[in-house]
Amino acid sequence: MSLLLENVKKSYREPDGSSLPILDIERFEIKDQEQVVLIGESGSGKSTLLNVISGITAVDSGKVTIAGTEIASMAEVVRDQFRAERIGIVFQTFNLLPAFSALENVLLGMSFSRKKPSRDRAKELLALVGLEHRLHHHPRQMSVGEQQRVAVARALANQPRLLLADEPTANVDLANQQTILELLRDACHQNQIAMLLVTHSQEVAKQFERVESLAEFNKVHARV
Amino acid sequence: MNTLTIAWKSIRQRRVASLLTALSVALGVTLMISVLVINGVIDRMFNQTASGYDLIVGPKGSALQLVLNTVFRVGAPIENLPYRYYTELKNDSRIEEAIPFAIGDVTQKGGFPIVGTIPRYFALEYIPGRHFRINKEGKFLPGTWDSVIGSAVAKQNNWKMGDEFSLIHGSAESGHVHDEKFKIVGILAPTGTPNDRTVFVNLRGFYQVSGHEKPLEEAIRREAAFFGEKVDEEKLKARLKESAAHDHHDHSGHDHGHDHGHEVPDAQKEVTAILVQMKGDRLRGFSTIKFQSELKEGNQAQAVNPIQQISWLMTNIVGNIRTMLIILTSLIIVVSGVGIFVSIYNSMSDRKREIAIMRALGAGRTTVFGIILSESVLLCLGGGILGIILGHGLVFVAAPIIEARSGLLINPFAFSSTELFLLPILVVLASLVGFIPAMTAYRTDVASTLSD
Repeated sequence: MSLLLENVKKSYREPDGSSLPILDIERFEIKDQEQVVLIGESGSGKSTLLNVISGITAVDSGKVTIAGTEIASMAEVVRDQFRAERIGIVFQTFNLLPAFSALENVLLGMSFSRKKPSRDRAKELLALVGLEHRLHHHPRQMSVGEQQRVAVARALANQPRLLLADEPTANVDLANQQTILELLRDACHQNQIAMLLVTHSQEVAKQFERVESLAEFNKVHARV
Repeated sequence: MNTLTIAWKSIRQRRVASLLTALSVALGVTLMISVLVINGVIDRMFNQTASGYDLIVGPKGSALQLVLNTVFRVGAPIENLPYRYYTELKNDSRIEEAIPFAIGDVTQKGGFPIVGTIPRYFALEYIPGRHFRINKEGKFLPGTWDSVIGSAVAKQNNWKMGDEFSLIHGSAESGHVHDEKFKIVGILAPTGTPNDRTVFVNLRGFYQVSGHEKPLEEAIRREAAFFGEKVDEEKLKARLKESAAHDHHDHSGHDHGHDHGHEVPDAQKEVTAILVQMKGDRLRGFSTIKFQSELKEGNQAQAVNPIQQISWLMTNIVGNIRTMLIILTSLIIVVSGVGIFVSIYNSMSDRKREIAIMRALGAGRTTVFGIILSESVLLCLGGGILGIILGHGLVFVAAPIIEARSGLLINPFAFSSTELFLLPILVVLASLVGFIPAMTAYRTDVASTLSD
């Protein structure tokens, strides 16, 4: 099992001191190498769910198990380490660091794990996403499609067990949407990585066998 | 990619702001280095120069002025002592060496101070354990019109062995040029002391320079007053008459060339100061103090311990100025540090997202804290190292100029051991000013920053 959420609850504190529930999930799982699409309205808690799964946000209660390791009860510093080594993240806005070249952005993805960053592997990954000729270009010198491909290479840098993709094609032009999607799917398939992809796009969703709506398994329907 | 590399990347991204911030630190450090090096030079010069003798005997007056004039050849002499007083000291059984100094003239070229003295001066140590060295064919003032010059004089005036030069009475601007010329018979090896900028002439020749001998009547009256004796008017008249007859015979035409060789009577000679070395080893300190207190009781001369005076000068004047300069330059560095704080702190709002991205990629809070702190340390250290280079560059460039203008001998490669503490202090300063921005990074809320 790549991901298992059990009785996960998360709420935020409002400025007036009251509690605003966001997530209340009894059980949600993704099998090894499975590729799942998550759909949901804006403000339905999708981003919070991804943050909970990646360990960026701590849960109020419940268990989050990734590749057999329960992370919700971990200390933050251990969770950070686990995220660096076991979880890959692709953001909607790519989130590449502008001061770093494509190669350096991928190397940065390796820098926070305990393994030594490998330039060779970073080059291989950039070649995998078709950017072997753009190694030393900075984000401002690349198209949005290319930037997202660098982000994909960075997410794969530490050979994660789970890849979280938050609207990865939303900011990419039509021509590149399918390329990015196929790249993600192929890379996950080849590297035996499970993927949870959040999207609004029906076009994207219909290409996956398993599509989950957050509203169906999250008992809270409040807006964030 | 380690913390330092990531920090360096961030510095390079904001290169103009980073450069300006590091430059402000560099300027502070440059000033600090200059102060430290020059302070070290002054310290060494004042603490090492007075050596080889225990006391300086001179006329009553400012003890410090006597030391500054005799040892550092700065300022005007207090007054003069009768030559007879020197001969008495020379014959004092407690005294090992008595070296007379006659100061007051300068060279026509370059305005270097002239010291009339005896060859024995060069047998004394100029700093502990160091004796004067002279060029191969050089000699220590064997003849009346011989001169030995310091290394800086030779270099600056481009004077060589056998060259002749004239003396000016008083300062180079206002004094009159004496007719007599001294010949260079020796060039001293560099000593790093005021001797390098001094021209030594044979004392006998110094007295024979026109105008250097006191008028006989005035000299006799002053000598008598000095020793508290009564002038025998009859004897004085007879002596003046005899002297007038002698002058008329010997000095017709007032030819004061090298070969006139008239010996000046002792009564008409004066010395500016006498360097005294006491006898004995273990009891030398005691006899020095005893001799000094003896002179204190009299009212004609004083014996000054140069070390004490220099120590007083260092503590009360030079030391205070040094402390003030060090405080000022330290403040400049602290202000530069605040500049680093402002620069990094202001950039934090722009960089919040970058920090959140790194945290999302698995960087711990302490890692991002370390990255920001490293930036501060790199800027401070970079500025500090640049400042050290610039500071020494400044000293290197300024050394000959300062030497020419002030007579302070500065080794262009001089290094102060205090500099060793400069970089560790800068690291501490960088850590202090980087702490608050680093804490901002530490506290970054990843989820909310990435969702903005």
